[in-house]
Amino acid sequence: MPRFLIDRLLQGVLVLFALYTITFFLAKAMPGEPFTSEKNISAETKANIRKLYGLDKPIWEQYLAYPKNIITEGSFGISTSKGRPVIDIITQSFPNSLILGLCALGFAIGIGVPIGILSAVRKNSWIDWACMTVAMVGICIPSFTIGPLLQIYVAAHIPGLKVAGWGNLEDILLPSFTLGLVSAAYLARLTRGGILEVLSQDFVRTARAKGVSPVQVILKHTLRGGLLPAVAYLGPAFAALISGSFIVETIFQVPGMGQHFVNAATTRDEFLLLGLSLFFGFLIVVMNLLADLLTGLLDPRVRHKGGTD
Amino acid sequence: MAKNKFAMGGFWVIVVMFSLCFILAWYCKDPNQVNLTNKFAPSSTEHWFGTDALGRDLFARILYGGQVSILVGLIATAVSVAIGIVYGSISGFAGGRTDAVMMRIVDTLLAIPFLVLVIVLQATLSDWSGDATRWIVENFKWDKEFTGRLTNIVPLFFALGLLGWLTLSRIVRAQVMSIKEREFVEAALALGYSKARILFRHVIPNVLGPTVVYSTLTVPGFIMYEAILSFLGLGVESPNSSWGVLIKEGANFLETEVQLLLLPGLFFSLTLFSLNFLGDGLRDALDVKAAKD
Amino acid sequence: MSLLKIKNLKTYFHTRAGINRAVDDISFSIDKGEIVGVVGESGSGKSVTCHTMLGLLPQPPAKVEGGSVTFDNEELLNLPQSLLRAIRGKRISMIFQDPMSCLNPYLKILDQITEPILIHENVSRKTAEARAIEMMKKVGIRDAEARAHSYPHEFSGGMRQRVMIAMALVTKPDLLLADEPTTALDVTVQARILKILRSLKDDLGIAVLFVTHDLGVVAELADRVVVMYRGKIVEQGNTRDIFEKPSHPYVKGLIACRPTLDTQYQILPTVDDFLKTEIRKDGSFILSEHPDSKERLSKLKEKRESSNKDISPPLLKVSGLQVHFQTGGGFLGEPRKTVKAVDGVDLQISSGQTLGLVGESGCGKTTLGRAILRLQKAKSGSILYDKNELNSLSQKEMIDFRKRMQIIFQDPYASLNPRQTIEQTLIEPMIVHGIGSNYSNRRDQIVSLLEEVGLGPEFLLRYPHEFSGGQRQRISVARALAVEPEFIVCDECVSAMDVSVQAQVLNLLRELQEKRNLTYLFISHDLSVVKFMSDDVIVMQNGKIVESGKAQEIYHQPKSDYTKELLNAVPKVSLSK
Repeated sequence: MPRFLIDRLLQGVLVLFALYTITFFLAKAMPGEPFTSEKNISAETKANIRKLYGLDKPIWEQYLAYPKNIITEGSFGISTSKGRPVIDIITQSFPNSLILGLCALGFAIGIGVPIGILSAVRKNSWIDWACMTVAMVGICIPSFTIGPLLQIYVAAHIPGLKVAGWGNLEDILLPSFTLGLVSAAYLARLTRGGILEVLSQDFVRTARAKGVSPVQVILKHTLRGGLLPAVAYLGPAFAALISGSFIVETIFQVPGMGQHFVNAATTRDEFLLLGLSLFFGFLIVVMNLLADLLTGLLDPRVRHKGGTD
Repeated sequence: MAKNKFAMGGFWVIVVMFSLCFILAWYCKDPNQVNLTNKFAPSSTEHWFGTDALGRDLFARILYGGQVSILVGLIATAVSVAIGIVYGSISGFAGGRTDAVMMRIVDTLLAIPFLVLVIVLQATLSDWSGDATRWIVENFKWDKEFTGRLTNIVPLFFALGLLGWLTLSRIVRAQVMSIKEREFVEAALALGYSKARILFRHVIPNVLGPTVVYSTLTVPGFIMYEAILSFLGLGVESPNSSWGVLIKEGANFLETEVQLLLLPGLFFSLTLFSLNFLGDGLRDALDVKAAKD
Repeated sequence: MSLLKIKNLKTYFHTRAGINRAVDDISFSIDKGEIVGVVGESGSGKSVTCHTMLGLLPQPPAKVEGGSVTFDNEELLNLPQSLLRAIRGKRISMIFQDPMSCLNPYLKILDQITEPILIHENVSRKTAEARAIEMMKKVGIRDAEARAHSYPHEFSGGMRQRVMIAMALVTKPDLLLADEPTTALDVTVQARILKILRSLKDDLGIAVLFVTHDLGVVAELADRVVVMYRGKIVEQGNTRDIFEKPSHPYVKGLIACRPTLDTQYQILPTVDDFLKTEIRKDGSFILSEHPDSKERLSKLKEKRESSNKDISPPLLKVSGLQVHFQTGGGFLGEPRKTVKAVDGVDLQISSGQTLGLVGESGCGKTTLGRAILRLQKAKSGSILYDKNELNSLSQKEMIDFRKRMQIIFQDPYASLNPRQTIEQTLIEPMIVHGIGSNYSNRRDQIVSLLEEVGLGPEFLLRYPHEFSGGQRQRISVARALAVEPEFIVCDECVSAMDVSVQAQVLNLLRELQEKRNLTYLFISHDLSVVKFMSDDVIVMQNGKIVESGKAQEIYHQPKSDYTKELLNAVPKVSLSK
């Protein structure tokens, strides 16, 4: 088990390294410089600004300097579009995104998994059909269609729910619901598939032959194996939540990291872009690790072999 | 498979959608014709779906937008499939160290949040597209507007395709590895067939089935990605339009002109529904056949 | 007093391809404390019978069309689920064929064994666990207390089956349904499991319904026998009577076509020699004794002339062959271990002879076969084929030899490329090796190949999935013959078949050997089959040869303990003929 952990950690480092390299060079390749869109500045001022941000050093130095700064000073550079240290932007916006993400995950699991189980247990009935259609809706209708629709039809009509903004507890509701919907849909389908797969296995027949009641067959014998595909999805689900946050935060005006990321891309803000990318990458590595650990908890075969592959 | 009503339904819807967007579109009004005197017109015989904020015919815009969205889905899928099949086959067939290294690369790239990379990639590429347009126009004398539209979209295909082959290569590899273990491959080795012959005549034909099915399911995924990018302002730009762009524009007038959002949204979702149902149906049919074997 | 009475039971499967009459009007009964063996080949309906009794069949597509199953005077067939559940696991228990897939991989063994107790009886968890552990000891699981907390994948096949038995018997049921429980096990493991079953049956006084395809097992174990064929019972009665004086031609054929350790036939009789099947238009059939059977059988017993084949020098000579596998290792994986699959093996075969290679699973016999063909890399040792050292050849140089050495595999379903027609499969080797001058020339050759293996030219444009297992195996043989080899490795090539089909394929192999002067390395775990086919035999265990010699000698005067154990473990049908 420890070997498995170390292996995953090393892989995580590799991932971050690859992400950093790719993002760094892409960001450098972006034509246009920071501040080019601002009012005309004299060449001298430009040179000074470049010096200030360390942009005048050769590429390789910059490449190595950045991670060094992160580790030694905890500094991710300064956002050229906002004029503030990136780390400040991150620490300010992270909590909001975190709350949004957790609530969305809550919705996703709370809605998706039970629907999946219900569908599987009532396979081929109208319930199954209805649930899977709803799930399909979640996958096919983009969040930027559902979001706005919710805004006009729900928020506008229910008092206390703002159409956009972030300040009160109720404001979390609509954005996290919209964000969690896609993941809920995937979770529902995966759970249904996983449970059906397990139900067709021989050991379920053995359980029936022992006289186990249908309820117990599902709860005790099927669930652990059936949830495995859904658990395996949690890692990518998290990544989807991050991507989804870009949209949802924009629509609902949530001051989170996603919004900043999109802005960084549109304004070509190198440091902010790099910093946020790395931070996202880090979060995903951690989440994937947790998902793998959870899989190990559910499936004893994985535990003993020390990892799937 | 024909028995699966959803899948067949999906198939026909796609056929209809295709015909609309690619054939009927030619006969429609110009989607870019601005007519400020006729903003937000309701549906009429002249403008079947009415007009948008700039007086442009909504129906035509939806159809032309569909062209882009569908094309993006198809071409990005084609690019991913091409790369994915080659990569996955080599990795799976070679096995051993080569396979281990190749898969590590894939796993590493997969762990990077896709959209993050695409956004960064797109931001870079779209800036370059301006330079590219000029270069092509200067050197090849192509039409400026056409080139401009092309350089706007083509990088998008590649950005999506370059990053989308990863999962497909995994699927291909898994298939190749399982086929490789089957006894008829060993028999081929025992009969002295060359590895190349075995790979191309025995392994890949047996792998194509599942691969095609899974790639059907990646098309809607790419269409969705394009829409997301466009919504964020990082995808398709005018004069091109796509369903994503249309939805974004429509979102601006939500309170008053809901149809500007709903109609493109409807077409978009319907297409995705159909593609997904079709893909699911194909996959179920494939499983049945595999189980019967 | 009958414990279980089955009357006119009919279970049909309604599929898109039509109605499959899996169980078609059968009647038999089981008394308290007796063992009834239900024997039949695949498709006979024996498993479906068991599943029907406990209501374990998925109701579409299966449907019980009629009949009754009375257990202790209670009708089981239309019993409401809640009452049926009370019987399952408590009064009637069932064990299945493949213990790996039949045990829940996510639950501990102890949980699974205590489950039936906790469901059906009102006892505390502690009591249940104590009983479970006691039962585990009774079935021979050592360190029961410690191992109770392990998971199924940590046990071997034989151990898992013991767990299943413990699970089934821990509630002291009246009747045990055993659906091919030892089919997937090695013969020595099987012998032990059967012993456990017998002693438990005596101990607990339970009745057992034992379903199997293996006549030997039934002969050793059962008090009474029921023989099924295509959904019907063709004969039933006391074990002794059935085996000594079978009356139905199918039963006679089934008994005769099975090579036994003391078989006298040179060519195996097949079921077709005894049985004539007429299929009526509505799908039902009439079975009758084949009119020529007596005549055909007497021909078979003529001994072949034993040719003086020992004089020729060995075609294949293997010395000191070692094949090792590495497990574990890799990037921070488990510690590297070397498995010595083949650990220093010497053997030789003369031209035109058959060397039988027998051993249980994991002994290395399959690896050995592949290593000789260089499909598996050997670590060291020499393989001299016709005086050429194969191990020193590059894969390219090997290609010439591949024309002379071929292999037939075990699984007929996986040995043919599903996407190629039979014609393509058979022509390809010719194209690769440059046999035959043009297409029509080659086509003629493959048509005659097909004839040789007993198939007609109408098969050429069809695909593998349209054929039965036996037919596919013949096609594999034809493919091997296409390159005109001298030496063929038969790697468990009849193990996946019913006895009747097996007999046909074995006869075919013998016939081809005579015609073409082929040399065989015949690998199998089935001692009787190996004895029938081979001139010389070697016995393998753990990668080493433990005994070798002439077939007759090994079987009648085994020298090593392991060989003796193997021979003792084979279930015997004592046919006093």
